[in-house]
Amino acid sequence: MFDLDNWQEIYHALASNKLRTFLTAFGVFWGIFLLMVMLGSGSGLENGVVAGFEDEATNSFFVWTRRTSIPYRGLPSGRRFELTGGDTEAIRLHVPEAAVVAPRNQLGGFRGGNNVTRGNKAGGFSVMGDIPEYIQIESVPIVGGRFLNQLDLDEKRKIAVIGTRVRDVLFEESEDPIGDSIEINGVYFKVVGVFEPSDSGEGGGNEAETIFVPFTTFQNAFNHGDQVDWFAITAVPGVAASVVQEKVLTLLAARHRVAPEDDRAFGHFNMEEEYNQIQGLFGGISMLIWIVGTGTLAAGAIGVSNIMMIIVKERTKEIGVRRAVGARPSVVMRQIVFEAILLTSAAGYVGLLAGVGVMEGVRKLLASAGGNVQMFKNPGVDLEHAVLALVVLVISGTLAGLVPAQRAVSVSPVDALRAE
Amino acid sequence: MLRLEKIHKSYTIGKNALHVLKGIDLTIEEGELAAIMGSSGSGKSTLLNILGLLDDYDSGEYHLDGRLMKGLSETRAAIYRSQSLGFVFQSFNLIPFKTAAENVALPLYYQKVRRKKRNKLAREYLEKVGLLEWADHLPTELSGGQMQRVAIARALISRPKVIFADEPTGALDSTTSLEVMDVLQAINAEGVTMVIVTHEHDIAGMCGRVIHLNDGMIETDERNAAAAA
Repeated sequence: MFDLDNWQEIYHALASNKLRTFLTAFGVFWGIFLLMVMLGSGSGLENGVVAGFEDEATNSFFVWTRRTSIPYRGLPSGRRFELTGGDTEAIRLHVPEAAVVAPRNQLGGFRGGNNVTRGNKAGGFSVMGDIPEYIQIESVPIVGGRFLNQLDLDEKRKIAVIGTRVRDVLFEESEDPIGDSIEINGVYFKVVGVFEPSDSGEGGGNEAETIFVPFTTFQNAFNHGDQVDWFAITAVPGVAASVVQEKVLTLLAARHRVAPEDDRAFGHFNMEEEYNQIQGLFGGISMLIWIVGTGTLAAGAIGVSNIMMIIVKERTKEIGVRRAVGARPSVVMRQIVFEAILLTSAAGYVGLLAGVGVMEGVRKLLASAGGNVQMFKNPGVDLEHAVLALVVLVISGTLAGLVPAQRAVSVSPVDALRAE
Repeated sequence: MLRLEKIHKSYTIGKNALHVLKGIDLTIEEGELAAIMGSSGSGKSTLLNILGLLDDYDSGEYHLDGRLMKGLSETRAAIYRSQSLGFVFQSFNLIPFKTAAENVALPLYYQKVRRKKRNKLAREYLEKVGLLEWADHLPTELSGGQMQRVAIARALISRPKVIFADEPTGALDSTTSLEVMDVLQAINAEGVTMVIVTHEHDIAGMCGRVIHLNDGMIETDERNAAAAA
């Protein structure tokens, strides 16, 4: 197997028509190159989209109220109702599977008018009433000062944590916002922290225009009473968010005299479901990539098989001579299969390197561009896939060699010697 | 050494069966130098192929060195060929991209002899046929007579019991033909049984025994006392 002569013979067989060998090898090269680029791009797309979920707990869900659609216990349908602080306590008490229960209130926001001013500067921003634990549901990277704490809530302090965009609109570059005051709907708040958006792209822009104030302060300052606009809740590890969501909805329905079967009374949004859907989508995409990739690879392998067929035909007489001097059929077959494997593996290996190289190049380019390309992040082929591709290659090389090898020994030595 | 009993062989060409050998009975003793003659189509090449285990026969029995050779698998035949038979062809059949020495060493490669040893042996046998200084030349750089001598060295290197030569001088001029025959005779003198297919009478005249085939049958089988010497 590792005899020098063996290599010499393979070399002579493949070198006898260099252009043909090159074109054949190119078929395999192209197949594996495409497979690698597609796998790399697929993983880049997946990383990019999954990264969009990173700043939010994927086991979280949101619940808000709408109108009832079924009359129940003497109450008419179409009734409006509101979540309250009592609901917060009830969920914490009766649904132990809920890890973080964050009541939230909101002021202003999308297409809202100017609600925040400082001197002669003004802007329209989302003002959120939150509890400190909210940071466990969505990450809020602080770049200066601090986030809300429990003392702020207990003492209903008039403080605010502002997004970078809010800072840029209301403050000069030379000014330090920390310790300064801003006016929200006529109420003064002291800025204690600045955060930057955790999302890149459009979602990040909205985030940067957000102001966090303590939940209790919000209720007081903006006449919200005990009202809660919506809940953001995470499940404890090991429990599906959808299961917890079901329990919370049942509890809330009972507390607000909503018919148990009324599924229009509450609005809800489940991160986990979204996440799973997207995971499923990528499962499908990656399957498609493998089907197309292996198809291209198969076309390359068939090319190799074809060329080995021609080589065998051309060398019929030589193979006859070898058999006359004592080459057993298995030895002849092994040699031809070995040639096919070498051709596919060598060409495939180069394709593998080129494909991985291109994806590395794209990754570098993205990194130097700041890495803020939406929906695309860290493209690349993992070792596992590369090794799998190599295994597929060697197998297809073997198969590509088997048919011509069989052909080579199916001719009787006499006929082979007679061939010209 | 070689014993044939009622050997029949026919080929199917399209719908017609061509009966090539029609009952050959022949015994060739160890150390003989036998020539098989006959017009084209007389079946002499077919006979040689059967003797050389390159082809199978339909009926009868063929004993090689006391062993019955019948219905051999291609692998078994290859092993017998490798162990006890050597071949010399009309068109030399050297592998064009291998040097003379590499061509000679080829049978040993298939016997899994180590590279160093087989290269040494190849040079020894090239010396025997007077071509040592051509050892590293490709076949295309050799004359016809030289190529045939390389082929003979290749047939010899596995120390076969029998050498089969199919028109060994068919592609050579008369002077080189004689050179090649000298080599073959010298090898025969060392005790190697040799069967030569030829249609040249002067070549046959150098053999100790001449077997004439005609239409698939042995026509004459003569001892040639003069050549045996």
